[in-house]
Amino acid sequence: MSTLIESLETDHEGYLKNRSDWTRELADELANADGIDLSDAHWEVISFLQEYYENYEIAPAIRILTKQIGKRYGQEKGNSKYLYELFPKGPAKQACRYAGLPKPTGCV
Amino acid sequence: MNTPDVQGVADQAQVVGRYKVIPLIQEGAGESFNTAVAESDVQESLGLPGTLVDDWHDKAIARLGQLLKERRGLRVFMDTCTKCGACTDKCHYFLGTHDPNNMPVARQDLIRSVYRRYFTWAGRWFPWLVGARKLDKNLLQQWYTYFHQCSECRRCTVFCPKGIDTSEVTMAGREVLASVGLGQQYSQEIITKVKSVGNNLGMKPRALADVLENLEEDILDETGIPVRLPLDEEGADMLVVTPSADFFAEPHVDGLIGYAKVLHQAGIHWTFSSEASEAANFGLFTGQHDHMREIALRIRHAAMGLGVNRIVIGECGHAWRVAYSFLDSLVGPMQFLSKEHPRAEHICEVTHQLLQQGIIQLDPTRNEGVIVTYHDSCNVARGSGMGNVANGQLTIPRELLKASVPGFVEMSKDTVGQTTFCCGGGGGLLTDDLMDIRIKGSLPRAQALQAVVNSDQVTHLVAICAICKTQLSSVLPHHNLVDVRVTSLHHLVGDALVLT
Repeated sequence: MSTLIESLETDHEGYLKNRSDWTRELADELANADGIDLSDAHWEVISFLQEYYENYEIAPAIRILTKQIGKRYGQEKGNSKYLYELFPKGPAKQACRYAGLPKPTGCV
Repeated sequence: MNTPDVQGVADQAQVVGRYKVIPLIQEGAGESFNTAVAESDVQESLGLPGTLVDDWHDKAIARLGQLLKERRGLRVFMDTCTKCGACTDKCHYFLGTHDPNNMPVARQDLIRSVYRRYFTWAGRWFPWLVGARKLDKNLLQQWYTYFHQCSECRRCTVFCPKGIDTSEVTMAGREVLASVGLGQQYSQEIITKVKSVGNNLGMKPRALADVLENLEEDILDETGIPVRLPLDEEGADMLVVTPSADFFAEPHVDGLIGYAKVLHQAGIHWTFSSEASEAANFGLFTGQHDHMREIALRIRHAAMGLGVNRIVIGECGHAWRVAYSFLDSLVGPMQFLSKEHPRAEHICEVTHQLLQQGIIQLDPTRNEGVIVTYHDSCNVARGSGMGNVANGQLTIPRELLKASVPGFVEMSKDTVGQTTFCCGGGGGLLTDDLMDIRIKGSLPRAQALQAVVNSDQVTHLVAICAICKTQLSSVLPHHNLVDVRVTSLHHLVGDALVLT
């Protein structure tokens, strides 16, 4: 395991405690630990999540995520099948973890 | 046992699998499945100790003593068990884990034995004769483990000849644990969010408004009709309070769209509230009555502030139990509600009434090819009523579904209605750190569902609870049920609705 991840302060599910700890290198390492190499397509989603969080202080609903990704990057990307292919454990949860955002918890 | 007939039960499907077979017990099989203990900042923000206190033993016994005084039912449940065994094979977590501590009687005995030791004469003097135990660290750990392997669904209670409500025992256990510093992270964090932001997810008003605006746009694109999802609209007649998962998750959001379509078609002036943007009330799960009251109070406050005369609760199981059974005693009387609608209503009963009055029309051919079965959510089926008819909580959702889809099939009778099996994720267990228990606990529901998939090619499983929807969508693939779509009742109603 890399030193970046080792020294990280996270909650019990591996989400960053402090968003300020986030770096692109860290995201790469978190993804690598799950066996994923972050491509441009992954980064499109991660960047959108971060931008949305800046505005609304919460990750977007899946429906909004798919809609906005579709609008920005092409309709063929605006569906949950595409997002699940990128983030098999669920775009909301897995992508939020790489993006350094807290996991949305509730009845979801 | 007295199980009311569910109206219009179709031919009973044969249950596949083995949930009917009482499994051989495996001591400690569930021991390693533990949910994270609440972090100290979360506990402290709720006025509770941040970590396990040094004098936890005395504090726990004192708190238990207080609860025994305050909650008369709890004391009765401690005293009345005759160990008849009727409950032993009725819990989905026992059937899924085979751990004897998940037999309802054994789960209760985790507290009952302590109750006897400290609060009964025989237990104090002759503990070995009456199964009385001192509360030690090991037992405290067992409390934490097994009171978080109970979804407080109360199926066992239906079969108990004494009517012992295990959920009340679980709630008391969790209450005592939280009071000595061992709250559960998932539930306690959610309670802090609902108190500070207004909903379990922590969606601030701006985020909420963005979602609603997006959904209005989607409905317009899809139907060409400007259906509104208003927020904080003063002067509205009806306040709709729904689980925040409806604003966020799939398939919940499809149900939300359904509510909006129905209310639009009926011409009702309604609104959501950002203050009470959550119907769920996790105070019920943790057994903390003061939190339960405070969370319920938001609904009253929001309704009065907006000047509405009707309160309607969306598709959320335990929210409906709190609204139907406890709202008046928690925050009543609701004298500001109209004479025609003097209590909180369920969105299903609103839609049902509109349908009966001919104000809305449903056309099942719009859901061509859809064959539905209905999962009764525990808190609705066993903890509430609906409409003004006996067993309306069982019949109204079914009547709506039958009017909305071409095919409706019942699962085996002992898995629906009053004897419904929990989805496996209720009562504060819908957290990823309990995924193993959630998968095991959903076994009976999955097997009953598999039977109707085999016999009737069921395509959709419908529930009217946010937890059930999330849980079943997540766990059914683990039971090889990948082709059944879990969805909201109002999703199918909304699609069948003749919208103008």
